[in-house]
Amino acid sequence: MHSTTAAAPFVHEQFDDIEQQRKAAKLGMWIFLATEVLFFGGLFLGYTVYRFTYGHVFVQASRKLDVVIGGTNTAVLLISSLVMAFSVRASQLDQRRRLVGLLLGTAVLGCVFMSLKAVEYHKDYVDHLVPRLGFKWVGADPGNAELFYWIYFAMTGLHAIHVTVGIGILVVLAMLAWRGRFRNGNYNPVEIAGLYWHFVDIVWVFLFPLLYLVGHR
Amino acid sequence: MKTATEIDIQTEGEMPRLHYLNVEIGVKSWLLTTDHKRIGILYLWTILVFFLIASVAAAMMRIELLTPQGDFVTNETYNKLFTIHGVLMVWFFLIPSIPTVLGNFVIPPMIGGVDTGWTFYTPYSTTYANSHVITMAGGVFVAGFSSIITGMNFMTTIHKMRAPGLTWFRLPLFIWSMYATSVILVLATPVLAITLAVMCVERIWGVGVFDPKLGGDPILFQHMFWFYSHPAVYIMILPGMGVISELITCFSRKRIFGYGFVAAASMAIAVLGFLVWGHHMFVSGQSVYAGMVFSILSFLVAIPSAIKVFNWTATLHKGSIYFTTPMLYALGFIGLFTIGGMTGLFLATLAVDVHVHDSYFVIAHFHYIMVGGMVMAFMGGLHYWWPKITGRLYPEFAGKLAAMITFLGFNLTFFPQFILGYLGMPRRYHAYPPEFQLFNVLSTAGASILGVGYLLPLIYFLWSLKFGRVAGPNPWRATGLEWQTPSPPPKHNFEKTPTVTERPYGYSPEEDVDLHLASI
Repeated sequence: MHSTTAAAPFVHEQFDDIEQQRKAAKLGMWIFLATEVLFFGGLFLGYTVYRFTYGHVFVQASRKLDVVIGGTNTAVLLISSLVMAFSVRASQLDQRRRLVGLLLGTAVLGCVFMSLKAVEYHKDYVDHLVPRLGFKWVGADPGNAELFYWIYFAMTGLHAIHVTVGIGILVVLAMLAWRGRFRNGNYNPVEIAGLYWHFVDIVWVFLFPLLYLVGHR
Repeated sequence: MKTATEIDIQTEGEMPRLHYLNVEIGVKSWLLTTDHKRIGILYLWTILVFFLIASVAAAMMRIELLTPQGDFVTNETYNKLFTIHGVLMVWFFLIPSIPTVLGNFVIPPMIGGVDTGWTFYTPYSTTYANSHVITMAGGVFVAGFSSIITGMNFMTTIHKMRAPGLTWFRLPLFIWSMYATSVILVLATPVLAITLAVMCVERIWGVGVFDPKLGGDPILFQHMFWFYSHPAVYIMILPGMGVISELITCFSRKRIFGYGFVAAASMAIAVLGFLVWGHHMFVSGQSVYAGMVFSILSFLVAIPSAIKVFNWTATLHKGSIYFTTPMLYALGFIGLFTIGGMTGLFLATLAVDVHVHDSYFVIAHFHYIMVGGMVMAFMGGLHYWWPKITGRLYPEFAGKLAAMITFLGFNLTFFPQFILGYLGMPRRYHAYPPEFQLFNVLSTAGASILGVGYLLPLIYFLWSLKFGRVAGPNPWRATGLEWQTPSPPPKHNFEKTPTVTERPYGYSPEEDVDLHLASI
């Protein structure tokens, strides 16, 4: 077990070899993502219950969201996931410079997403769509319209926190990659960061139709 | 199972020269440790402090309930007391007790590993004795992360870090039950986390999701809360069941009866545990049909639980039984858990539940499971692995005495509460009609005996750290892998990863064994 430590410095002392460490880390990440699914699941349940109860006003409220920004952001995140998949491949093939570039590319696309989100949040504020902060609603049932926007901000906000964390991880990984940390088959950290990034992407793939498209035909 | 190398052999009657406790010294070496054994010890101290605070709260409640009038504390203080007692006992003692202390300590050596596999945080810090909801929710939220990470860590370790030859069906049953517990920790805790987060944001932001005053749906909150909290009660019993399987086999010197069924029962409890949350909501306005379905599903949980009880009993049959302290706790567990489980069936019955809902019957029921079950198992396991953890034996006579005092005190405390509840005394009130006084006095008297039963081990465990007899690697002549390394174990548990060639619990009842119990 720790006799192999000298040969492979990135194998932690509790593992026999790099293969066991890689498998353990990957499984651990998958379990973590399962907890994340249930974490977001609570909000999805809340959305489902109130969508079912107040379907009409939810459709009305959904129409006021900016589908163009939301759609662009969907494309940005999907492309970023593709770039992330290329990064994982680059780390497996031991291509250091390409890995750094691709990781930073993914991070930049994450920043584009966040910037567009910021523009959109500001637009929502100007349009009086932020609950309790100058919220105005012309039409029936303003209380439940406000509830829709509360859920919208809670879900996209929680998602944005995850994107921000992901950008931080990508930047750190890019720095470590630049110093050659992921050479000689030690691509494990890039791989599990990739799993996280794809998860964040998939959450958005569900959020976009539920929040932006329910009101459109 | 035997593959001890020369280095693993410990001189009889002497502590090993270097072990995990003295290999590094100083506060920093403890606070920043990544050794799963030291993490277990840190958790032990942390939960002991919480147990003491929560016990003091319980003692104050019992003193108040000695007399029908509310004279010792005000009703508001009483509310705070039972909230402190409940929150601390559930989240800061019961849930972490066996998983984080015994689980962290013994899972790696039990499966022949070096350490737990995934990242790990040192114990949570939090705030207590604060009636402010957001602060309390924040504390539980932080503790929840500890739960999630513990569960992830155990699952990864059990999947990927077993010793060569240790197949799934050669795993000790304690490992199976910890695996089942981990599944619940990982899948249920995030739902609690998001529920608490939404509740806090709702309070700060003032938009109703759960709060009916703000237009929210309180039933939604109850569903989400119990979706976590019912599986969580299995977090508070499954690890105990795992400990009992280890104790019963070792001290009846027999292989477990029906290994596969006991292992599968743990998984069945974990799965069914996710489908019964609605039985907490029979009287809160969910539909009658939902109530009926939840009632039937709740009955189903009794099946795997009963399989375990019958298999433990069958293991005793024709065994060579040693009435050691851990065994006394294990036998106590079987009796008390059976009572707790059977009364659970009363509560799962819709019509009966309407009668006894929110009464002392419920209090007695879940204390029979949590205290009579989990705390007894925790004490039994702590006595069983104490020689492994510290390298020294506790005094056996004092141990037996404490186990019997605990059993008697427990029954005297909680059995009268079944009767009180059936007669109609509601929970959560600090005053009550005078006709209930007799049973309340009995209950309070029992609580003081129970207190003695808990204080005694605290004293002799501390005493044994310095004066206890040196245990040697395997004082119980047990067959688990964790007993094949010196006590206390070296930092890396095994000098050489052991290889496993047979099923667990290779005991034979005919063999006459000396269990080192003659002393004191």
